[in-house]
Amino acid sequence: MIGPGPVEGLLRELAPQALGAMLRRGHGDFGAAEDAVQEALLAASQQWPGEGVPANPRGWLITVAARRLVDWQRRETARRPKEAAAADWVPTEELCTPGPDSAAAARDDSLALLFLCCHPELPRPAQVPLTLRAVGGLTTAEIARAYLVPETTMARRIGRAKKRIADTGLSFALPGPSEFPVRLVAVLEVLYLIFNEGYTASSGPLLHRADLTVEAIRLCRQLNAQVPAEGEVAGLLALMLLTDARRAARVDTNGALVPLAEQDRTRWDTGLIAEGTALIDASLRDHPVGPYQLQAAIAAVHGEAHEAEDTDWTQIVSLYGILARIAPSPVVTLNRAVAVGMADGAPAGLAVLDELDDDPRLAHHHRLAAVRAHLLEMAGDPVAARRHYELAARATASAPERSYLLNRASRLA
Amino acid sequence: MKYLLSIYSNPANWAVLPESERDGLMAEYAVFSKEIMDSGELVDGAPLADFSTAQTVRVRSGSPEVVDGPFAESKEHLAGYYIVECGSQARAVEIALRIPDARFNAVEVRALLDMGGQEM
Repeated sequence: MIGPGPVEGLLRELAPQALGAMLRRGHGDFGAAEDAVQEALLAASQQWPGEGVPANPRGWLITVAARRLVDWQRRETARRPKEAAAADWVPTEELCTPGPDSAAAARDDSLALLFLCCHPELPRPAQVPLTLRAVGGLTTAEIARAYLVPETTMARRIGRAKKRIADTGLSFALPGPSEFPVRLVAVLEVLYLIFNEGYTASSGPLLHRADLTVEAIRLCRQLNAQVPAEGEVAGLLALMLLTDARRAARVDTNGALVPLAEQDRTRWDTGLIAEGTALIDASLRDHPVGPYQLQAAIAAVHGEAHEAEDTDWTQIVSLYGILARIAPSPVVTLNRAVAVGMADGAPAGLAVLDELDDDPRLAHHHRLAAVRAHLLEMAGDPVAARRHYELAARATASAPERSYLLNRASRLA
Repeated sequence: MKYLLSIYSNPANWAVLPESERDGLMAEYAVFSKEIMDSGELVDGAPLADFSTAQTVRVRSGSPEVVDGPFAESKEHLAGYYIVECGSQARAVEIALRIPDARFNAVEVRALLDMGGQEM
């Protein structure tokens, strides 16, 4: 007999393959097929741990899901007698006996599914839960718990996404070469969003949200194995691993945020750092550079410094310089200001910040005030620093960030 | 990001409203609630019982004090709330503007503090 752990892992891996196969064979529309696969997963999670995993687990899931669909269609036709004849044309046996699939087809199916769930036509709040459910094999209840919303709210979001897929007639097929790069960017954004949601969660009752980082890394690993020639996928995976390596050190026992410079680096996960660094080194060597690769490279430079004082800020400044050229954003400028401040002194960092003064995107953003406060403190202006820490504390909507900023302010009293 | 939309209204105005208008407003609320439920933005929400049912409690020097009545002395009182989750405060404001009471009374929009955060 096999315990619930391995079965759950197996089911999560098979979920997108089963759904992909259903869609490729034209069993029902996306919404119905997805519901049917969820029910098959539920049945498997109840039966397999006790009765053992069937010889062909994927075939089992597809068969059960297809039977569910036929059941639903029958019930539907019972309500609509006119269409009963049409349903009878479908030979049940054919639906219930999936033919053999190659491993390559299964891989393409789950990849096509990921691209469908992250389709730019779908609203962002819907892409995330749909991906977690259809590709990640999580239940709506699990996703709702991870995002701290009621299950009904999450169910609505997923329902809306499915309706949108049906309404816009989005197809279950891998995007062609011309469309692929844009669609890949959307997929990576969704995966990074899932990762960040998990990573920024604090400790205590919210600890379970860390599962989202595990899930994002798992999906990104899968994607990286599927499209090994895409440097940005490896870049994002490396960025996630190098960031996650700091997880144990980023909050103290009270759940308070510990800034990078003050983290106990002996608590960093050296295994993850080594893996992430190797990934990003290979990716930068073999592929054209992109924003995720650059952010991973920056995280790798931090990762190799055993003490905060050993950080190679000059290298970080030049990496942020490239990032600012290929993917300029106010947040990149903010981070570059910090790096410049560390490498060339606080006044140089403050000069970089001046570029942002008229940027409406950052006008009320707490991070601008927080970075300015930090650089002013370094520059030896505690009065102005304190004022900006307090400003930032009022502007943030994050409780741990607010207490961190208020602490910094009171240190300067 | 989650936002609290607090509806402040003057119960005296509500009391003098003809029944047909009260029913009309309730119907508008039903439509509005369904709208944000269907959009997947509604997290929670409820109307509150009359402010005269409120009790306000304090603990001073270790002893409890309970007084009848609401905390704020004002003509307007918290009459109901919604918690919505959406991408920006601008969107939360847009939702708040659709609350029927926004036309007669006032709705306050405030972000809930998130228990998560970025390394600073």
